[in-house]
Amino acid sequence: MEKSKKNRVNRRGFLKGAAAGAAALVAKPNLGEARQTQTVRAAALPTARELAAETEPPSTDVEVLTEDHPGADFMVDVLKLLGLEYIAAMPASSFRGLHESIINYGGNKDPELLTCCHEESSVGIADGYARVAGKPMGVMMHPNVGIQHASMNIYNAFAAGTPVFMIVGNTVDAADRRPGAEWEHSAVDPAALVRDFVKWDDAPGSLTHFAESAIRAYKIAMTPPMGPVLLSTDSGLQEAGMGDRQRLRIPKLTLTTPPAGDASAVAEAARLLVAAENPVILGGEAVRSENGLRLLIELAETLQAPVQGGKMPTLHPLGAGANVRTADVILGLQVPDFWGVVNRMTDQQQRRVSSNLKPGTKLISITSRDLFLRSNTQYYQRFTDVDLGIGADPETTLPALIEACKRLITADRKRVFEERGKKLAAAHAQAMQQARQAATYGWNATPISVARLQAEMWEVIKDKDWAGIAGGGGRLWNADKFYRTLGAGGAGAVGSGLPVAVGAALGHKKYGRLAVGIQKDGDFMCAPGALWTAAHHRIPLLLAMHNNRAYHQEVMHIQRMGLRHQRGSFDKSAGIGTRIDDPPINYAMMAKSMGLYGEGPITNPNDLGPALRRAAEAAMKGEPALVDVVTQPR
Amino acid sequence: MHALISIVIFVSVLAAQTPPQSTTAPAGNADAGKKLFQEKGCFQCHDTLGQGGDGPRLAPKPIPYAAFMKELRQPRDQMPPYTAKMMPDKEVADIYAYLATIPAPPEVNSIPLLSR
Repeated sequence: MEKSKKNRVNRRGFLKGAAAGAAALVAKPNLGEARQTQTVRAAALPTARELAAETEPPSTDVEVLTEDHPGADFMVDVLKLLGLEYIAAMPASSFRGLHESIINYGGNKDPELLTCCHEESSVGIADGYARVAGKPMGVMMHPNVGIQHASMNIYNAFAAGTPVFMIVGNTVDAADRRPGAEWEHSAVDPAALVRDFVKWDDAPGSLTHFAESAIRAYKIAMTPPMGPVLLSTDSGLQEAGMGDRQRLRIPKLTLTTPPAGDASAVAEAARLLVAAENPVILGGEAVRSENGLRLLIELAETLQAPVQGGKMPTLHPLGAGANVRTADVILGLQVPDFWGVVNRMTDQQQRRVSSNLKPGTKLISITSRDLFLRSNTQYYQRFTDVDLGIGADPETTLPALIEACKRLITADRKRVFEERGKKLAAAHAQAMQQARQAATYGWNATPISVARLQAEMWEVIKDKDWAGIAGGGGRLWNADKFYRTLGAGGAGAVGSGLPVAVGAALGHKKYGRLAVGIQKDGDFMCAPGALWTAAHHRIPLLLAMHNNRAYHQEVMHIQRMGLRHQRGSFDKSAGIGTRIDDPPINYAMMAKSMGLYGEGPITNPNDLGPALRRAAEAAMKGEPALVDVVTQPR
Repeated sequence: MHALISIVIFVSVLAAQTPPQSTTAPAGNADAGKKLFQEKGCFQCHDTLGQGGDGPRLAPKPIPYAAFMKELRQPRDQMPPYTAKMMPDKEVADIYAYLATIPAPPEVNSIPLLSR
């Protein structure tokens, strides 16, 4: 136990004394006089009482809290070893020791503090950053109130499989707590509030324990299936002296290798895929790096099989034509909802469930989700009957699968594959043309169509090294690299989009990419302060607001209920409690108020292109920019 | 993607089920139909010009009236049914008349942003 007992006496007594002193000052009727008296006394010799205070041991009701080497300094050493570039936080007293050490001991670099306006934003920003950087950001938060704010985006990161390294402060020793808020903001077990959706947590009792648990937490967060981890960190441990630094050891950080598929199972998967006449690959959330995308493309090209999802490049000829209804073998790579792809459920007057598959279709699943599940929150979707389940990380397994397929491909199969490839290329060309054709409908409409917004944005970004941080342009944007799309994943959490976008933009900043995306208005309103964080930390980005002035999915749900219940007079009522149009929100003004470049609201489609170009120029100069676009509902 | 599949299914089902008779639409008031298209919430899924969003494209050139009515009353996919109580035949005719007035979009090749 390194927690220093030096100078450790009664903190409550110390505080009581301080309060009495403050009360005496308040009682003085004339502050000017008080200041004069203090000035005179400052120049005078010390009194006998003052001399005694300087030279005699402290009394038993006073705790001297000064420390040259607080435990938090050691914690910073640990965080530096983890390679955390940033640590996001809304400030709070339970981690004030660590906060101060990060700045003054750590030099506010690696990690650098990000000032956030809501813990939900802190975790969302860390989530978005990790999706780009491929490693966690740190987050600090208050127990109880802070962790409850953060909980939604912790859950979202957990469902997305994103590594986030979180520290929640806590004042464990009740005798050390200040009266009032510090009691309300302390807990026996702070992590209990979110334990259902963090991958691992601990409450270290010493600095050595902190170091070991921090390394363990990081390793667990980074091992597929990745996820957020949490350390409850005592404020006393942060603020008390670390003792002999030489006796404190930080373990070596060696990441655990990701799980690869069993060799015989991979060989069986290859046999099924090579023999298939109409194989389909579901890309799911398998691709988490540029190399992962290269491997996915190589597998698809080896088999001449179409890919649905999975960051497949827009212009790749195998990026369309996937049809699970005609497939005889379907390979699911880290598919969060495999059941939902191969089945269909209507939410109409009757609930009907039917299979999308033809009889005999074989399902192969490669997912690390089979290796770790939490039971309470139902993020894992409905159970899927698969014929071959490989519990492994797809990116790690793909090289072996590709080689196994290549070994089995005969000249005859190759000819079949080539013919299939030609048909799929034609289907892809047709899909591209259909997307362009579909965009013409409502081209000049007001409110502005989403397709018009996508096309206008593409015109602005197409010649730049752009990166997707939010909604994108579907087939109207040429997403040809891993980082062109943010990637799906999460718990469908409204309010996660904006902070994830800001965090992703931060991840792209050092590469000089133009971070762009289409932001939803309802999501934005949950915690718009994330925009201020972007402005404060000079995180360049270009967001276009998909301002349809409603929680439109919910509008449709209310409409569905009105119809199901045969309400004869439900006209307009679906908008009650679901629309956010009265008064209309001016998002450009909100952006400007927080120091961003703002344009809009844009209602005329002909004004959109110039507005986006001006905003892109601002973003290219390093500013965050937002264009408010009043859009069609969907 | 689910939406896309739904559209494909919807269109193909309609094409297959379009009856050869009763395709003539009753007279409807397009102005009233435009208003109803908003008030009844059709635009929530199909967007204001019926160009399609979460739901399939309805205009221009709406499908034959009988098929339109059948899909409205007994939809095959995710759309909830609109019974006569919820949307009387007269209102259906008005909405159909509105959809029939929506002009064809510009040619894709005439839009520089889409033809490149």
